Amino acid sequence: MLKNKSLVSISDLSDDDLNNVFLEADKMLDYINSSKKLDIMGSKILATLFYEPSTRTRLSFESAMQRLGGSTISMADSKTSSVSKGETLADTIRIIESYSDIIVIRHPLEGAAFLASKFSSKPVINAGDGSGEHPTQTLVDLYTIKKELGEINNKKITIMGDLKYGRTVHSLLMALTRYNVDVTLVSPENLRLSDYVYNELKNKLNITISDSLEKYINDTDVLYVTRLQKERFTDKNEYSKLIGSYRITAKETEKMKNNSIIMHPLPRVDEISPEVDSTDKAKYFKQASYGIPVRMALISMIAGD
Amino acid sequence: MEKTLKISKIREGTVIDHIPAGKALKVLDILNIYENNSISIGIRVLSNKIEYKDVIKIENRFLEKIELDKISLLAPSATISIIKNYVIIEKFSVDMPSKIKGILKCTNQNCITNSGEPVKSEFSIISKKPLVVKCIYCKREMKENEVTDNI
Repeated sequence: MLKNKSLVSISDLSDDDLNNVFLEADKMLDYINSSKKLDIMGSKILATLFYEPSTRTRLSFESAMQRLGGSTISMADSKTSSVSKGETLADTIRIIESYSDIIVIRHPLEGAAFLASKFSSKPVINAGDGSGEHPTQTLVDLYTIKKELGEINNKKITIMGDLKYGRTVHSLLMALTRYNVDVTLVSPENLRLSDYVYNELKNKLNITISDSLEKYINDTDVLYVTRLQKERFTDKNEYSKLIGSYRITAKETEKMKNNSIIMHPLPRVDEISPEVDSTDKAKYFKQASYGIPVRMALISMIAGD
Repeated sequence: MEKTLKISKIREGTVIDHIPAGKALKVLDILNIYENNSISIGIRVLSNKIEYKDVIKIENRFLEKIELDKISLLAPSATISIIKNYVIIEKFSVDMPSKIKGILKCTNQNCITNSGEPVKSEFSIISKKPLVVKCIYCKREMKENEVTDNI
């Protein structure tokens, strides 16, 4: 049961919770497709507190709440709000909880969502905390695999890109420990998974680590690509040299087997060439669209009557 | 050979014994010491129990729970003797708490507990030997050397 519970980490959800979110998301998808008006969240208000830039995540939460019949309030740019006057997150949360029924937070520091959940009597959803976690993105990722491939078990999943700082990758890997999957992690050496994350996963997940996709691409069911962030490289020449090796073009998609898919949490920059978009492998825009039914399911299960 | 005491007995106070050799000054550093506390320190004293050990004797001072918790992280093998009138009235080993609250600073500079929020740092113990603790906020793990440097 998720009612009135905060979602800070993907590990806050039981296996049953995960399945229930997916079942509920299916129902929400039907509602969206039938254009029926919902009034599940009638008088409820969802507050979005984004201390970092975001387009998709914030808009998808707001869209999900409004599709459920609820309303949303949102903090203006943190640079022009009371945050810039030095207000602590704890104080901000204690105020916002009295303005809303559920709070969605994105913050540049790790542990911010956990702190918010400790100070709020209203449920808090973590929409990304530094390089920590991004559990709702993970729900969307898992839901996409289920919808596009039928099931998650017995799949070969290759995750490529920035594995060190990418919070979506940390949450996704933690969630994948619940399934019987083979995971291959492909990244330049300086962006490999941090030791503290790897240590937590190594006994729970069948992981192969590589710096090249070549050997694994033809056997992969899910190719999950993340952005190599230029600012993570002290040597910009190194970045320019590497980016080509971690770029998916139409040539790579031809090596992939039938019924395999390419996912990306977006935004993408150079790592997937636009020519890939029109192939049947490209599911990243579909993945982004699943953000609405999944977040509708989550909001209604947490803050619905 | 005549048996002599390298460090004299104290009338009233606390003896912290079996500190791993070389860690006495670090232990002393985390204690609250006041004007009336005379202190004797033995560094690399030969012990029966472990090869060499450090010993600290503090007069007129009985340790608080938070100090004992800090010692348990720096010197898990330490024993504490409470002395009154030259007699040991209580002796016990330090016991590592299951949750470490308000003692350690998280080494992750990007952890929310390092940003002036009104919260105490909090860690759970992942392993006692070797010592590994985990910040309950940012989930980052710290090993023994990081723990020692951040008390």
